[in-house]
Amino acid sequence: MTARIPGRDAWAQHGFFRAHKYLIVRRLTQLGVLALFLTGPLAGIWIAKGTLSASLTFDLLPLTDPFVLLQSLAARHWPETTALTGVAIVIGFYLVFGGRTFCSWACPVNPVTDLAAWLRRRLGVEKGFSMRREARWLVALAVLAASAATGTIAWELINPVTLIYRVALFGTLAGLAVVVAVFVFDLVVARGGWCGHVCPVGTAYALIGKATLLRVSARGRVRCDDCLDCFAVCPENHVIAPALRGRDGAGPVIASADCTVCGRCVDVCPERVFSLTHRFDTRVDAAVPPPPSAAGRPAPAALEKV
Amino acid sequence: MATDSDPKTPTRRRFVQGTLRTAVGAGACGLGLGLFAAQSRSLPADALRPPGALPEDRFLSACVRCGLCVRACPYDTLKLADLGAGPAAGTPYYKARNIPCEMCEDIPCAKACPTGALDKHIGDIATARMGVAVIVSRDTCLNLQGLRCDVCYRVCPVIDKAITLEQTHNRRTGKHAVFEPVVRPDACTGCGKCEKSCVLAEAAIKVLPIKIAVGHQDAHYRRGWEEKTKAGHELVPGIIDLPDRLPEMKP
Repeated sequence: MTARIPGRDAWAQHGFFRAHKYLIVRRLTQLGVLALFLTGPLAGIWIAKGTLSASLTFDLLPLTDPFVLLQSLAARHWPETTALTGVAIVIGFYLVFGGRTFCSWACPVNPVTDLAAWLRRRLGVEKGFSMRREARWLVALAVLAASAATGTIAWELINPVTLIYRVALFGTLAGLAVVVAVFVFDLVVARGGWCGHVCPVGTAYALIGKATLLRVSARGRVRCDDCLDCFAVCPENHVIAPALRGRDGAGPVIASADCTVCGRCVDVCPERVFSLTHRFDTRVDAAVPPPPSAAGRPAPAALEKV
Repeated sequence: MATDSDPKTPTRRRFVQGTLRTAVGAGACGLGLGLFAAQSRSLPADALRPPGALPEDRFLSACVRCGLCVRACPYDTLKLADLGAGPAAGTPYYKARNIPCEMCEDIPCAKACPTGALDKHIGDIATARMGVAVIVSRDTCLNLQGLRCDVCYRVCPVIDKAITLEQTHNRRTGKHAVFEPVVRPDACTGCGKCEKSCVLAEAAIKVLPIKIAVGHQDAHYRRGWEEKTKAGHELVPGIIDLPDRLPEMKP
């Protein structure tokens, strides 16, 4: 028996584009963000300067990474207004647009760890070393402690997020070693280990994500036929169950700040259970008779009651 | 028998082990990173920071490694450090012997810094202190051999203030002069043009970090002759000032 390939059913029923919509748009966004920085060094058209740690777009819009600024504060440096303005803009943006959306839509490490996760699924690599969800908070605290103790912005020494940008924009090639290490870590050591359990940059965005507006909702959860495709593709699949199963009267919105709003669950679900919405959207679709395509799988009647 | 209420159940043991493992793992990450960061604090002696940079120990708490200063530099002087290149990864530096600082009047690199790692209020570029030039090789400096090279002196943007030529006796020939280039640390910006233009295969004049190149006198040292001028009178009254007996003062 061949293993089920997540997303194939959605592809068959809804066509390639609808089964890959968010994936395609996300890859284009990631490339687009990099392109804004690359046009300068490559073609002399300067749109965004700097890297993802701090940048200046059109010589007007300053942006600063929140975790970089946190480390600077831990190292007892009070930054200039430009950096503070930049971090305020970033926090404001992600308070609306999803917190860890940075991780899935802008961060250049995402394609690397996504590739590792995809290879894992295809090669059938065991789940591997299991790490606690809380690990990421402890790592972030440990990094801040290291910054405070040494009086340096410590994470930027090895931060793959900005290292990739420096490799691409400034040609500092040795940084690729860290990126390869992250890939191997995710492929061999722990499933979704880097982005989900280690990276403190993402942890800072997860903090913003606790109050952010943009969320994924399992609005069509009555249609769920337990194919588990969403669990297979989700990089943070513990976030799905509460909203999808609706136990103890849980709402349909995926509330966990770990959710990166990557939209992969929206893509791969053959029953179109998921959609992007705001966090106060409590609408739930009414039960409908099973569509013909669901024949041969457990009938919706077998679902847990909402 | 192990039950859920038994404190020795495998579930509880797994929880404790897992928690410990996570805490130890995160602690090890922090410790490793801290040690690496501590090691990265030492700047190689030939790597110079851009104008207006905070002192090295504070610079690393402020620089976010964005490279905006590198982008602002019109002369391609500034580089971002690669991992393992010497200076802390991602921080800006330049090597005087490769491309020295051209000392732009508007100091675009410092103005571009978003965090204050480079002080954008530095004002006059002549007040920048990126390092200090030092004649490191008196045995090979052509001027100190009695020749008239003078290149470091000529290219100095703060000519006659940062580098002066001091005329001394040439003891080798007995009848010529030596024009010794002397660096004045209080006027030298550390731009590195002297080191860049030194005609020797290995420069005889090099720009070093101020911390290495310049000594510091303890605050309690007083110079009697200065204190005397300040006070306007003898500090210790009653000391007899004997006449200085110099050769030309033959009785």
